[in-house]
Amino acid sequence: MSLLLEPSPTTIKEEKLYREMGLTDEEFAMVERILGRLPNYTEIGIFSVMWSEHCSYKNSKPVLKKFPTEGEHVLQGPGEGAGIVDIGDGLAVAFKIESHNHPSAIEPYQGAATGVGGIIRDVFSMGARPIALLNSLRFGELTSPRVKYLFEHVVAGIAGYGNCVGIPTVGGEVQFDAAYEGNPLVNAMCVGLIRHEDIQRGVASGVGNTVMYVGAKTGRDGIHGATFASEELTEASEAKRPAVQVGDPFMEKLLLEACLEVVKSDALVGIQDMGAAGLTSSSAEMASKAGVGIEMNLDLVPQREAGMTPYEMMLSESQERMLLVVKKGREQEICDLFAKYGLEAKAIGKVTDDKMLRLYFHGEVVAEIPVDALAKDAPVYHKPSAEPAYYREFQQIDYVPHVENYEETLLSLLAQPTIASKEWVYDQYDYMVRTNTVVAPGSDAAVVRIRGTKKALAMTTDCNSRYIYLDPETGGKIAVAEAARNVVCSGAKPLAITDCLNFGSPEKPEIFWQLEKAVDGMSAACRTLATPVISGNVSLYNETNGEAVYPTPVVGMVGLVEHLDHVTTQTFKQAGDIIYVIGEAKQEFGGSELQKLLEGRIFGKAPSIDLEVEAQRQQALLAAIRAGVVASAHDVAEGGLSVALAECLMNANGLGAKVTISGDLAAELFSETQSRFVVSVKKEHQATFEQLVEAKKIGEVTDEGTLRIENEHGEAVVNLSVEQMRSVWKGAIPCLLKSKA
Amino acid sequence: MKFAVIVFPGSNCDVDMYHAIKDELGEEVAYVWHDADNLDEFDGILLPGGFSYGDYLRSGAIARFSNVMKAIQKAADEGKPVLGVCNGFQILLEAGLLPGAMRRNNSLKFICRPVTLRVENNETMFTSLYELGEVITIPIAHGEGNYYCDEETLTKLIENRQIIFRYHDENPNGSLENIAGIMNETGNVLGMMPHPERAVDALLGSADGLKLFQSIVKYWRVKHVVTS
Repeated sequence: MSLLLEPSPTTIKEEKLYREMGLTDEEFAMVERILGRLPNYTEIGIFSVMWSEHCSYKNSKPVLKKFPTEGEHVLQGPGEGAGIVDIGDGLAVAFKIESHNHPSAIEPYQGAATGVGGIIRDVFSMGARPIALLNSLRFGELTSPRVKYLFEHVVAGIAGYGNCVGIPTVGGEVQFDAAYEGNPLVNAMCVGLIRHEDIQRGVASGVGNTVMYVGAKTGRDGIHGATFASEELTEASEAKRPAVQVGDPFMEKLLLEACLEVVKSDALVGIQDMGAAGLTSSSAEMASKAGVGIEMNLDLVPQREAGMTPYEMMLSESQERMLLVVKKGREQEICDLFAKYGLEAKAIGKVTDDKMLRLYFHGEVVAEIPVDALAKDAPVYHKPSAEPAYYREFQQIDYVPHVENYEETLLSLLAQPTIASKEWVYDQYDYMVRTNTVVAPGSDAAVVRIRGTKKALAMTTDCNSRYIYLDPETGGKIAVAEAARNVVCSGAKPLAITDCLNFGSPEKPEIFWQLEKAVDGMSAACRTLATPVISGNVSLYNETNGEAVYPTPVVGMVGLVEHLDHVTTQTFKQAGDIIYVIGEAKQEFGGSELQKLLEGRIFGKAPSIDLEVEAQRQQALLAAIRAGVVASAHDVAEGGLSVALAECLMNANGLGAKVTISGDLAAELFSETQSRFVVSVKKEHQATFEQLVEAKKIGEVTDEGTLRIENEHGEAVVNLSVEQMRSVWKGAIPCLLKSKA
Repeated sequence: MKFAVIVFPGSNCDVDMYHAIKDELGEEVAYVWHDADNLDEFDGILLPGGFSYGDYLRSGAIARFSNVMKAIQKAADEGKPVLGVCNGFQILLEAGLLPGAMRRNNSLKFICRPVTLRVENNETMFTSLYELGEVITIPIAHGEGNYYCDEETLTKLIENRQIIFRYHDENPNGSLENIAGIMNETGNVLGMMPHPERAVDALLGSADGLKLFQSIVKYWRVKHVVTS
């Protein structure tokens, strides 16, 4: 649309054109009040993206305030590109997770790829060197052609981008459930390493300083992406395909290397990624944080297409662009530095003292808006919340499964796509580049060493959304606790989390209740486990034609391995080692894999969790690992103890296990009771281990290549070759993908 | 011995190569930017993996026009060891320093995992420390590693013993004759898809790649002692 054809301010108001951009009548009235006049087309476009949920968190802010965000190691909490935690030796770790759900639902390859690109820029804009990527994915059941298409292309998009930029994708999780059929979730996490003195922030201080633009040229892609991300998906969403951006990982790699050089220069004042709402959000947020204004001449913005209007330039979400504020007079140094990488840095504006975002185009002022109105003073809503009827019903149900054949049940569980090997996925990710990956995908948490030290970082993403759907508060606690369990099993002390809150529409009181309760649960767990929330992202409106996804607050956790000697994996190491279980099983099957398998749906109560017990067990296990007496450690999660034991054997060359289980076998083998671990210990360490950890000895690692589970009478209830279990477990996902629906 | 790690825009295994040489091999090494004119000060040239120029057009097709390629050609002509790994191999093929071409993996997917290789010729400056027929574990990470050449070229490769590594347990990408790495006729330019620089430290899974670099150093030492 050319400038001349844009609707006039009066038309925008009279025909309520702002509604198409996601603004309400009340919000439009607020805009009028703030400006003291009617906004023009560019201005209303700017307000609409900045006041979208995606940029302003207007519906989730009151809830997010509940998260504990402080801790002794936290150097940077939420509000910047990424949060930062101190890990000693003058080093710190920066990390954040972000969603790219809606774009991925429409154009899975580019949607997922640009999600990865965005989170990488968030991390290097802090001055940190990205060292690892993780992800968390949710799809519908792997039976429909559409879901298979989304799954294959999302994975290819993540691989295509991350592999090319050269940051290893070391971990993640994938779950499949009908609740995500029309609205997959694609969350990407990036972890970076930084020296304390290099930490950058996205501020535009220093009146008179120069605003510079670097990276890819601005095109018409991604216009209104943030608005699109803040509404429900419908059949009409296909028509929004132009709102999906296209990624160029090669440009990202150049930008990454150049920016990491630029942050070493004292000519740089502030730097921020042009992410959602591109030029608009980066400029307004940097100015608002510094208490200044910014003016930009849009004629100077590098453009990919001819005839772009201010509206298009300000709302474009073209990828791989950064906005810099540079000390006045030192622009040339910055230009020279970028030129080495074949990139052009261009001065497009300056920092002013009047707290206004002012845009010039063809010599005229085309927008003039107070920056605070766009950033920190955006509207905030306290949405009504109501306990849903299903929750009350579920609390009344005590579900007891009926299991006849334990062996067959175990094999069926191993073939469930959520439990099955994800090798098909991670084989497509370069998880080794940069040669620091000590524990590759497939164990509890990935471990990445820190070159030049004896330390390493353990990292994981976790969220069992079934539990959260059944009981958001308990499920929220479990999500954080499980992430910590994975980190501890790898030999690390949990440091902090980042979260990605994927929920349905907050306009629905029942959905808002899920959000509130989940955050309450997560906050409680973060406090008890001493893992503050240092960054995060909210993705609401994950609904298709009125049906919401399961509430899915994904937890990304990073832990510190004090010494490489502590690195531990889930795999059994040696015949003769003693197998222990930490924690008792209860009859807890609500939301379990067994329930899903037997009933085809989930209902009842989520497993209970006592955070104090959780913390105590984690500390004891970590102490034992650090004492060097643990050969392997694995948490008991989906599918229960039997699946956990099988997983300990999948990569154990020729080994097997023989264990004896007494009591209620269904519960012992398949219940998903929380705060439990399977640990193997060398015989000579038995005494020390038992002193440090309260655990029950259940059997031994054998060299027979079978998993033999006996009842108290010595009868085998499961006797399966590891070979057979492995083939079922590894074959499940490729098999589903190949089968014709 | 002093190695150059050539850095093209989009190279991303340059750091891995650098640290393999410096930390594990203990030799001198420096990064060399793609616009360099001269490599005379270096005794060995390493072209690392990655996505030079984003693999746009075709892997290695743009990097072969880099300024540094003239200096690499010169080093090769002088008989210096030149090793191209993954994208480095693709660049050497595009530049004509090695025969043949690369196609997409037959699965049409990027594959990253440790694979086993068989050492097919240990009478080279790159493999003298391996046994003939030794089976080693080295990771691969590529989307276009499906090596191809015409019959005439293949016959020559076989006759001259220019096939240095073959995939052993499985052929992950569909390459002709299970080829994983080949050498030029004069025996000083090696291209291979698997990443020996990722297999120099048992902590990360395998140290089987270290002998390749040690072989190069051994060759250089012997030659250096003889000539000086």
